Amino acid sequence: MNAPQLDALVASAPEGIEFDGLSVAASGEESYTVGIDGGSREVDEAGLREFAEENPWFVSNWYYWTRVVGDANARYDFLRWVEGADGRSVEERYEALSTGTGRTWGQLHVVASLGGDGERRYALRHVDDADASDLETYEDPLAARELVKHDDRGRYRPLSTAPTLPTGWEYPDLDGRDLVRTVDFIYPATVANWHREREGELDVSHFRETAERQSGIYEIVEGLSVEELEAAAEACCVDSQCLRRRMWDEDDETELDVPRGDGEFPCREPCSVFITAARKFVTLGREDTQTYEFELTPTEKEQVEEIVDAVAEGRTDEIREADLNEGANRYRARYLRARRMDEEGLSGTPTYPEDQEL
Amino acid sequence: MQALVIVGHGSHLNPGSSRPTFSHADTIRETGVFDEVREAFWKEEPSFREVLRTLESDEVYVVPLFISEGYFTEQVIPRELRLEGWDVSEWESGDGVSADHATLEASDVEKTVHYCGPAGTHDSMSDVIVRRAESVTGDPEVGDGFGLAVVGHGTERNENSAKAIHYHTERIRESGRFDEAKALFMDEEPEVDDVTEFFSAPDVVVVPLFIADGFHTQEDIPEDMGLTDDYRTGYDVPTEVDGHRIWYSGAVGTESLMADVVLERAAEAGADVGAAIERVRDAETGVAGD
Repeated sequence: MNAPQLDALVASAPEGIEFDGLSVAASGEESYTVGIDGGSREVDEAGLREFAEENPWFVSNWYYWTRVVGDANARYDFLRWVEGADGRSVEERYEALSTGTGRTWGQLHVVASLGGDGERRYALRHVDDADASDLETYEDPLAARELVKHDDRGRYRPLSTAPTLPTGWEYPDLDGRDLVRTVDFIYPATVANWHREREGELDVSHFRETAERQSGIYEIVEGLSVEELEAAAEACCVDSQCLRRRMWDEDDETELDVPRGDGEFPCREPCSVFITAARKFVTLGREDTQTYEFELTPTEKEQVEEIVDAVAEGRTDEIREADLNEGANRYRARYLRARRMDEEGLSGTPTYPEDQEL
Repeated sequence: MQALVIVGHGSHLNPGSSRPTFSHADTIRETGVFDEVREAFWKEEPSFREVLRTLESDEVYVVPLFISEGYFTEQVIPRELRLEGWDVSEWESGDGVSADHATLEASDVEKTVHYCGPAGTHDSMSDVIVRRAESVTGDPEVGDGFGLAVVGHGTERNENSAKAIHYHTERIRESGRFDEAKALFMDEEPEVDDVTEFFSAPDVVVVPLFIADGFHTQEDIPEDMGLTDDYRTGYDVPTEVDGHRIWYSGAVGTESLMADVVLERAAEAGADVGAAIERVRDAETGVAGD
C-alpha cells in the first residue's frame, strides 16, 4: 500500500466500501465503522488511517481492482479468475501472488504475481514452456498476432484455437490491460464469450440457424444431414483439433453426440473453418456410393487404414523414416503404391465404369 | 470511448492476406485518436461475428478494407455484424462508388455502429494509387512520359468491382498527371495481358487495385503481362516488354497511405480523429509536418 492508495481509501470512506472482505462505512461526521471479514470497530479519520496501515493488503487489493482494473467487465472478470479471486481470501491470494499463481487458458499459461504496492503483473507463455528458461521475450501485445500465425512446424494456423500454438516465446511482464489484449490477439473473443457464459448470457447460434444465414457459395451447407453434421463435428470440433468447448448443436432441440470438449472457453457458433469444411462435406455427400472389387492382402488393408488414421491425426511427421513396421511409413506407402496402384487406380480397378459419363 | 474496426477478407490458406489490415490498423493505433483499434476478418479471427463484443467502446466505426461495393460490403459484413435494419439504400450509393456511411445498432451488443463504405471507393484512394506509382518508380514527380494502368480483377459476379477501377482511373486521367491512364482487368476486356498495346508512353506503371498481395498480384498478373515466365524466378522493376518499360507495383492495398483512407472514412462518419489524417498523410508521403 502506498500513500495515494491510502488517500483514495480515506476519500472513498464517506460513500462506504465493501470489497473482498474489507468494509468501511460512514457512521457519523468523520466517524467510520471499519472491519475485515465481518469484524467491526468504530474509528475517526486518524483511526481509519491506522486501520488501513494495519491491513495494507486489503487496501491495495481494493485499490487495484476498483481503480486500476476498473469496471466489472470481461477484463475484470478474467483477471479475477487468473488469481482465483472467487475461492480465495485476500490473505491466501497475496500469499499465492507473492510467488506467482498460474492458470491455463487453452495452451496459454498465465501467471499473476504482485507488482509494486499490491498491484499485479502478469506473465504469459505456452503451457509446455511453463518451466522453460531460454524463451524469446516480448512486451508489445500486437506482436502476438505474428507470433502465433505459424505453428512450430512452420505451418500457417488459420484457426486460432487449434492446439498448435507455437512455443518458445514469453511475455514476462504485462499489466492487466495488456495481458487481456495479448490473450485476445492469441485467442480472439475467447475472454468475451467466456465472460458472457459466466454471466449466463452466452448467445449460441446452432448449426441450422448458422447455415440458414449463409449466402453465396456457402448457401449449400444447409444441405448437411444430421449424420454428416455429427461426422463433421467429430472431424473438426474435438479437443484434438480445437480447444474451444462446443456449445452449439444441430438446433435448440437436437444435441450432437460428439463430446463438447474440455476447453475453458466456449464456442458459440460454427466458425468459418467449420463452414468451409461443411461446404466440402455437402458436396462429398452428394455422390452415390459405388461397389468396387479389388484385392489386397489383410496387411495391406490394415495399412490403408493406418494411413488414413495417421493423416487424420496429423501423425505422419512422427513416423520414423526407417520404421517399416508402421503402415503409414513412407517407404511402406510407396511400396504399396508400386505394387497395387497403376493408372487405373487401386489394384487396377477404374474409379468410374467405362460406360459412365463424367 | 470510440473504437475503429477495420474489416478485411483474410484467408484460411494465405498467411499474408491479413497483413495489410494489421499494418494499417497499427498506423492508426499509433495516432492514438481511437481508444481501441481492432482488426476483424471473414476468414480469420476475430470474425465479423465476434469482433464487436471484444470492444469496450460504445461508439464503433467500421471500415471495410475492400476494393468495391458489392456482395461483401452490402450483404456479408452487415449481416455478420448483426447491424439491425441495415438496408443498402442507407449508403445512398446508386452508382457503386459513392457509399458513405450509415449509423446502426448491432443486435448482440449495446453499441452504436457507424458502418462506412469500402476504403477502395473513397476519393482519396486515387491518391494512394498515384502514391504507389511514386513509390515503385522512386520518383515523387512521376507522370511525364508515363502511362498508368489500374488493374482490377473483373468478374461477371459483381459489376461494382469494375466500377471502382474505372472511377479511379478516370479521376487520375482528369488530373492530367500521367500521359495516359487506362483501366485493365484480369478476367474481362480490356485485359492486362495486352498491357503494352494500350499505351504509347515508353514507361507504364501498373498498379493492381487489390487489397493484399497474393496469388493474383504475385503470380497471375506478372506472368500475364510477360514480366516473367515463372513468378518463382521473379522479375525486375522495371521490366522491358514489347518496347515499353513496365513498372509493376504489386497490390495497392499494401501501400502505407491506405491508413489515411481508412481514417478519412471514419472521420466522415463522425469519428473524432483530430489531426490524425494530416499526420498520417505527412508521415506516409514523406512530407515534413509542422
